[in-house]
Amino acid sequence: MNHSEAADKFNKDFDRTTWHDETLWWVRQKRDRAAFAIPEWEDLRNTASQIKHNVLSNLDTYLIEFEKNAKANGVTVHWAADAHEHNQIVLSILKEQGIQQIVKSKSMLTEECHLNPFLAENGVEVIDTDLGERIVQLADEPPSHIVMPCIHWKKEEIGVLFHKHLGTPEGCADPSTLTLAAREHLREKFLTRRVALTGVNFAVAETGEFVVCTNEGNADMGTHLADVHIACMGIEKIVPKRKHLGVFLRLLARSATGQPITTYSSHFAKPREGQQMHIVLVDNGRSRQLGREEFRNSLKCIRCGACMNTCPVYRRSGGHSYHNAVAGPIGSILAPNLDMTKNADLPFASTLCGSCSNVCPVKINIHEQLYSWRQVLTKSGHSPTAKTIGMKAMAAVLSSPSVYRFSGKIGRLTLSNTPFVVNNSLNPWYKQREMPEPPKESFGEWYKKNRK
Amino acid sequence: MSREKILAAVAKNKPTLTPLPDIQDFGNPYSDLVAQFTSVLTTIGGTVVEVRSWEEIQQYVQTHFAGRRMVTNLAPLADMAQQSWLTSDPHSLDDVGLAILQGQFAVAENSAVWVTEAEMGQRVTPFIAETLALVIQKSAILPKMHHAYAQIGAAEYGFGAFIAGPSKTADIEQSLVLGAHGPKSMVAFLID
Repeated sequence: MNHSEAADKFNKDFDRTTWHDETLWWVRQKRDRAAFAIPEWEDLRNTASQIKHNVLSNLDTYLIEFEKNAKANGVTVHWAADAHEHNQIVLSILKEQGIQQIVKSKSMLTEECHLNPFLAENGVEVIDTDLGERIVQLADEPPSHIVMPCIHWKKEEIGVLFHKHLGTPEGCADPSTLTLAAREHLREKFLTRRVALTGVNFAVAETGEFVVCTNEGNADMGTHLADVHIACMGIEKIVPKRKHLGVFLRLLARSATGQPITTYSSHFAKPREGQQMHIVLVDNGRSRQLGREEFRNSLKCIRCGACMNTCPVYRRSGGHSYHNAVAGPIGSILAPNLDMTKNADLPFASTLCGSCSNVCPVKINIHEQLYSWRQVLTKSGHSPTAKTIGMKAMAAVLSSPSVYRFSGKIGRLTLSNTPFVVNNSLNPWYKQREMPEPPKESFGEWYKKNRK
Repeated sequence: MSREKILAAVAKNKPTLTPLPDIQDFGNPYSDLVAQFTSVLTTIGGTVVEVRSWEEIQQYVQTHFAGRRMVTNLAPLADMAQQSWLTSDPHSLDDVGLAILQGQFAVAENSAVWVTEAEMGQRVTPFIAETLALVIQKSAILPKMHHAYAQIGAAEYGFGAFIAGPSKTADIEQSLVLGAHGPKSMVAFLID
């Protein structure tokens, strides 16, 4: 199902779509209040963007520096060229430990690599410990938002899900009660699992440490109780120096949820005594994207989700309609790099209004890249068939004055005399809108009559 | 080897080198750092208690947390809690009701407190306790995160964390619930 078909399905429930739209807009407004309270906000965005640009322009050197310092800290560093190799590395660490059960905190990279299904096929049980991720995992769904994974779920539905899986009272939809039930359910997992996997928000080349941000404390509960900590990161997560964290931590939570900072910003440098720490550095198309001049800035992304919360299309189509681990505007410029054929529809899932670029904390020109991807995809024959036919027909009409005049006349006659020919469910232009009264004559005809 | 392959592809595809920007600290806009810290921490669900002495901390703890298992590695509070927890299996801290630890310094703009492994005793302590109490010198409240990293400098630690308030989640319909996995409440003792 492509984006517009999936969005169509999502929009069948009008009230739910409105609720989804308003919930995300509320988060966007919280972001605004947090950002506007910082007079130097624009300076911070510029600085962050410049730091990330330097990172991209010197990434190989920083990766080598990071590896050297992490190793000196007693951390084992692995390199994975693609998703498959990443998954194999994680599995081999688990096999070495003889482990079949792990806890995992949020990592969009492992979603991108489809680690969970891979591990399940290999007999490993993965428990997602972020509450939102646990909810969608119990429902056998992927997250629909990178920061708020179950933003599309209503509390009553979560109540039903928890009643079935966690034994909460039937009909209970109180967020506090449900959260407490999840806390108890997951506490047992934290206490019994020997391997914890986390994502990485930032990795510091200068020190070899990496930072993981959570509000729930699930990354910390997992890792500090486990014998083995595996941290998986895309190679673009590097920042050069520790002091740069000050810039990014000021931007991240304010952009994501409007909080001044996440509850926990955990800096992992060395394994705990007796503990093993592994870092898996993953390319999976990032070095290729780095070579695309128009699109390389997409690698600056710090995964705050602000572009999703503000996007009128995301808000009214839901994360799942993007059929990619990262949804929304940023997902739509990252996904075609992963698979042009499968994701050709995504850069078209936008009005190009530019709101995404306006809120991006690292100033990625998201809407311009969406526009550029459309051109790249169309030139390489990846644009959706209906769009191609439509565009070709339009080009034929617009390039011939006589055909243009004739088509205009037919259009006006049809709209006035036989509107049912176009006003039907086959024509997407009529969905949720009324067409205007057609004029009796074209401007050309009027001008011919009236010029004196 | 994937390492060489990745590094070669990155080297080939990276853009022309651009310089790193200078990082400013953007000054201190707060006339009262304690008031700013207190205001933010209170907003995000924490509690601020200003005290003049360790005795006041002891009194507060006895009033509010009597009967709970208490752990601390702070010498002035040593007679209130057991010490054996420092070397025990971290899993055995599951039933800790209150952990009292030193915060190295705090940040006024977001009420985050910097705590490293040295102050934590065990890494899991500030996360597993039902209530976390951090003791911070009033003079150790810095304006912004830039000042915080200037203060940390090149310090070595195995693990360190900025902690701002109690553990929380809003994953169920954006309703804020305190006590997701970690502490359900957090107290900052600001001491002269």
